[in-house]
Amino acid sequence: MTGEIHRQAVSIANPQGFHMRPMAAFVEAANRYPSCVVTVTRAGMAPVNGKSMLMLMGLVAEQGTDLVIEVSGPRAAEALATLLQVIQRNYDEVNEPSC
Amino acid sequence: MRMSEFVIREAISANLSAGQKEGVIREMVENLRLAGYFKGNESEDVVKAILKRELLSSTGIGDGVAIPHAKHGSVDRMVGAVAVAPAGVPFDSVDNDPVFVFVMLVSPQERPSEHLRALEGVSRCLKDKTFVQSLRNAANPQQIWDLICNHDRA
Repeated sequence: MTGEIHRQAVSIANPQGFHMRPMAAFVEAANRYPSCVVTVTRAGMAPVNGKSMLMLMGLVAEQGTDLVIEVSGPRAAEALATLLQVIQRNYDEVNEPSC
Repeated sequence: MRMSEFVIREAISANLSAGQKEGVIREMVENLRLAGYFKGNESEDVVKAILKRELLSSTGIGDGVAIPHAKHGSVDRMVGAVAVAPAGVPFDSVDNDPVFVFVMLVSPQERPSEHLRALEGVSRCLKDKTFVQSLRNAANPQQIWDLICNHDRA
């Protein structure tokens, strides 16, 4: 089953958008699955490598932007569930820098 | 957003003297102050904001690059500084490697869109490894500015 692609759409809820701190957490989580291929796609754009901060920075995903996360490889379903949790977490606790 | 739209030409350094994280941040903020940004204690406040952000997670994103940043009320538009440390500086980066190229961003409060678009401009340049190597080889700030402008036009 390692060739199966697991895919989930997600809307960015954070008012600050998909900024550097969630991106770093996303990349860190994606790299916990070294044998998986992780891509993130914004409508109208080519998929980008979900294990690269520089590539994720190109998404410009503001609040409300719809992204599609795709994972393939061993433990892909688990990786996708982890990545969804990471991207949907609240990173902007009160009085903390949000970027 | 293109890098040349927010990088302050007078706040570019081709040869950082600092050898550790706080020193790098102080030196780059000072370069912005000398370029005419921040008044009174604002520059110290910006340093503290950037250091506080670094405590949450390092902005050293790997491959010898870091993007220290913060929001601050002293600016009414995105301002950026660029610096190169030829010998590299430890920055707690994700890959644990030293950082050679720094892009600092100071953005106004509550302009998340501008911040994200600036990050896109930075990524467009820094994912080009030839560009990053050229920055590292630059002899002076003018060469760095020319590299940024040429990349933006490409």
